[in-house]
This record gives sequence, structure tokens and C-alpha cells, in this order.
Amino acid sequence: MTAIRRYLPGWLSSYAVLYLLFLYLPVVFLPIFSVNTAATPKFPLSGVTLHWYEDLPRTPALIDATWNSLIVGISASILSTVLGILAARSITRYRYPGRRAINGLIMAPLVLPEVIVAISMLLVMLQLGLSLSLFTVVLGHVLVCIPYSMTVLTSGFEGFDRSLEEASADLGESAFGTFRRVTLPMVAPAIISSLLVCFTISLDEFIIAFFLTGTEATLPIYIWGQLRFAAKLPGVLALGTLLLFASFLLMTIAEILRRRAARRTQNEGGLYA
Amino acid sequence: MLERVQSERTQTDRTMIEIRDVTRSYGSFKALDNASLAIREGEFFSLLGPSGCGKTTLLRMIAGFDTPTSGSIAVDGHPMDGIPANRRPTNMVFQSYAIFPHLNVEQNVAYGLKRLKLDAGAERRRVEEALAQVSLTGLGKRRATELSGGQRQRVALARALVMRPKVLLLDEPLSALDKKLREQMQVELRRLQQAVGITFVLVTHDQYEALAMSDRIAVMFGGKIAQVASPKEIYQRPVNRQVADFLGGMNFVKAEIVEENGASLVLDTLGFGRVRTDKPRAFVRNGGAATLGIRPERLRVLWDNASAKFEVAGKVVERHYFGEITHLIVEIPGLEKPLSVTETNDFGADDIPVGAPIRLAYDPEALVAMAD
Repeated sequence: MTAIRRYLPGWLSSYAVLYLLFLYLPVVFLPIFSVNTAATPKFPLSGVTLHWYEDLPRTPALIDATWNSLIVGISASILSTVLGILAARSITRYRYPGRRAINGLIMAPLVLPEVIVAISMLLVMLQLGLSLSLFTVVLGHVLVCIPYSMTVLTSGFEGFDRSLEEASADLGESAFGTFRRVTLPMVAPAIISSLLVCFTISLDEFIIAFFLTGTEATLPIYIWGQLRFAAKLPGVLALGTLLLFASFLLMTIAEILRRRAARRTQNEGGLYA
Repeated sequence: MLERVQSERTQTDRTMIEIRDVTRSYGSFKALDNASLAIREGEFFSLLGPSGCGKTTLLRMIAGFDTPTSGSIAVDGHPMDGIPANRRPTNMVFQSYAIFPHLNVEQNVAYGLKRLKLDAGAERRRVEEALAQVSLTGLGKRRATELSGGQRQRVALARALVMRPKVLLLDEPLSALDKKLREQMQVELRRLQQAVGITFVLVTHDQYEALAMSDRIAVMFGGKIAQVASPKEIYQRPVNRQVADFLGGMNFVKAEIVEENGASLVLDTLGFGRVRTDKPRAFVRNGGAATLGIRPERLRVLWDNASAKFEVAGKVVERHYFGEITHLIVEIPGLEKPLSVTETNDFGADDIPVGAPIRLAYDPEALVAMAD
């Protein structure tokens, strides 16, 4: 017993270190090899250069893919956030039969195998007679984004004290004024957070985009295409590093905003209540 | 225990809120069942009852957050049918206080004023004045999240009072505060009401709160108003067992009606013998039986050889110590239930041994007859 007590803390911390290594080692490799002068990712590094980064803006196909990704990402995040707001509001505000079932159904795409979802979407699009384009990619991304959007938004809306809206009406404010002066400012952080999360997911999403896009490639598809050429690898690593940092930044901002929204909606101000 | 606030009369004889035959049903459930009530201008009026008695429903209908299924509500002579909450001359202090968490104290208080488009100076003066009324001067810049429970409640009060409503509605405003703060706020609320002279309608399930603050109380059970009267009358002359039981302790004794006339009743009881009492208003006889009630604190312990004109004798079976008072349970021959007696500890009631014989004095005035 005492032996376990003595050695356990040490074991636990080495376990934690290994755990983190496992999670983040691949992520650390990416930026390291992206500044390597040699094209082959191998230690020791032959030299440090930003050459691969400088090359990125000089690749027209990459610029196109970036634009495509931005268009898809912005459209998908706005669409799924709007749909998410409606669903999250209904689920957090009203009590009706089937509420939990509906919530479950909306969250289900989160655990469905993405490749299956992608194939099914492809079948549906073709049945509907839609030709594959960025538009179909947007539809696919909305499907995968909604569960994330819902998670962020319900945590922001949950515990939104209805009496706040009543208090506003009681103080003479109209329904629209109440929405503008109370509801919106309180849930705005959650909405922005949802937009950022959805945008990030769409930006990184490969499988659905791969199945549903026509001739226009998004960034992950462009990267996939580049991997066939060994010489292009450092460029891909550089691009990957940039995407990684962008995603990380966006997700951090999103999480900060989500927490702020969750804190705001709790009327009984936490610690001080 | 509680500082007694002398009641200055702020109320007039004008009716401020008229509730006529109001029913609110949810399906077959009646949250409020044909309630009628007139609340006077400048009155501190309490709706008192257990949870689910319809008191909050009634308050929310006055505020405009709920609509009567039938019946009508008028405020200051104007019928409120179809008038939404934002156009009613009432303001509410919510149970959760509903302080806007994204605004600071000042912005919270000024929230409703913004719609009045006052000039900046006038608005600031009104906010300052309201903050001063609730002793929050200087805290205007505090964020809502940096306030204690008591302060949040004051902000909610200031935010409503600054609108200068004809009626201030308070939905269990003290229930979230601890006991000490609650008692302090009771005194302050009463003072505030007397200072501003606005009609206050308070919803509470706390009998002491209602007794300490109100000019009049409506006691409600199961969607119906059981009694409307001053705190003293409600406490001393409850109309039925339910009201008597809800407000403080009461000993109930089985009685038989010997004689009934216009103003009084003569009852026969086993423990108290034959007693003559005032006949309560709206006394409806139900056969020959009735109930006689007496409050535990109206039974006094008789020491040594002292005697009283009216007394009962029995035996102490339980004793409970409560600091300033002692609670005795006394068995009286002939009574199916022992009497509970509250005695102050000045003369050593806390030392009376369990099992000792005891004599109790009472004033026949303290006996209340209730219909069975």
C-alpha cells in the first residue's frame, strides 16, 4: 500500500508525459520538417529555411483551393449556425414530447462513419439531379457541422433565464427591443463561437469534400493531390503548418467565447450568488 | 427579534388593483379558481400560501406575463385585457432578480428609462435617486456578476422603482437570502414602501414575512382565496383550520355547538369546558361539530400557587428548548391530542421536568371557533 503511494505519483506524471507526446508529437513534426531545406522529412535537418512558405503564394492552384475553402467554410458555418440557433433555442427553451429524441437525432452525424455519410450524401445529390460543385460540398459540411454548432450553442443558451426577457418586457421594452438589448448581446459570444468552430471544421474536412466536389478542390483535397509528388511534400508541410495554427487559433477563440457565453447566461452569477 | 416598523398609513380608500372572478386553467387544472380581490392604493399587500396555491400565477397575470382564462383585472381603473406587460403601469422584482448580466448596475437601473428618452442629466438623476433609495449609492459601476445576493436584490428593486410604477410586484424577493439578511430586508422593504407610497404586491410562502410587512394579506390555498384581512386578524381570527395551521402553530380541540346566534357561539369541549366565542364571519355550520383553536403562546404556565380564572391542568410529556423560548407538549385529560405550549424562558420554563403536573392559564378571548 505504502509502496504504491510512494511510486504512484511518479508513475502518473510519466504516464501523463507519454500521453501528451502521443497526442502532440505528430503535430510538432509538421512545423519542424516544414522549415527543412531538404525535401525528404528525415533527421537530422539539413538546414533551416522559409523557402517553402515563400513558395506557397506563388502556386495558382493553391490560391484557387484557398478561395474555394473560404467560400465553402463561410457558407457552411453561417448556414449551420443559423440552423443550430433555431434548434438550440427550441431545445433549451421549450419542453415538448420528443425533445430528447430530436436532440439525439441532430447529434447523431457526430458518430456516423464519415465515409458512409459522404457516400450517402453523394447518392442523394445524384438522385436529386444536383451536379457536384462547391454548393454540394457546402450542404455536406452543414450536415457535419450542425452537431458541433448545436453543442456550442446549447451550452451558450442553456440556463438562459427566461425572466431576463420578461424583465425587459416589464421595463417597457418591445419584443424586438428585448431581442436586441438582452437576448442578442447575451448569446452573441456563443453564436460567434459556433461560426468559428464550423468554419474550422469545414476548412479541415476532407472525406465529404472529396466525394461531393466537382472539379473545384478545397484545401484538404489540394493537399491530398500534392502528396503524389515527393518533391511537393515540404510545401504541403508548410501549408499544413499554417492550417494547423489557423485551426488552433480559431478553436481557442471559439472556446473562450463559448465559456463567456455560458457564464453570461447563468443569471445567478456563479461565485457571487 | 425583528424591529417593529410602525405602520404609517400610506394607503387610501381608492382601489388600485381590481381582480374580478379571475380563473386560470391549464387543461382541467385550475391554477386560480374564480378569485376576486381589491387592492388599495398605497397598500402593502401580500399573497400568502403554499407553493402551487396560485399566488404567483395571480401576480404574473397582474404583470401581464399570463392571461386569465376568464375574469378581468383592472389596474388604476383601466382594464388590462389585451395589454402586454411592456405597456402596463406595473413593475416587477423577480424571484431570480433577473439582473442583466451583460450590464453594470447603473445600466441595469437605467434600462427602462432609455425608452423614455429623457435628457442625459435627468436620466442620471433618476438613476442616482433610485440607487440612493436602496442604499447602493456609489456601486453604479459594479458589474452584475460582482454583487452579493442582497445587492442584486437591491438592484432589482431600484430598476423597478426608477420607473415610478403605480404598482410594484414582488415575486418571493427574499427567498434566496439567508435568514438574517431576510429579516433586515423585510424591515427595509416596509420602510421603502412607506417612503415611496407605491402599492406593493408581495408574493410569499413565508408567513412571518407576510405578517411583518403587510397592511393586508390574502391567504390562498389550491387556487382559491381563503381569507383577506390584516395580519393581526389573520393570525388571531383565522377563518378555517387550513389558514390557522398555515400561519404559526395552533392547537385544535374538538367542540360541539351548544348554541348559535348572530354574533357568538357557545361550544362544549372536553378540555376547556363550555366556552362562548365570537362567531367568525362566514361561519357555515356543518352539523353539530366545530373546532376550537388556541395558539401555543396564548397558553401560559401557572407557577406554584398562582391561579387564573380560566385554566386547564395536565402533565408535561415533552420539552423542547429553543433558546429564548421553550416548547412544552402537555397532555390534558379528555383531549385526544396533547396541547403545545410556547413559554418564554424568563421564569424557568426550560427547567420544568418532563412528567411534572402543570396548570395552564388562558384568556377566553384567545379561543377561536372554526367551522369543521
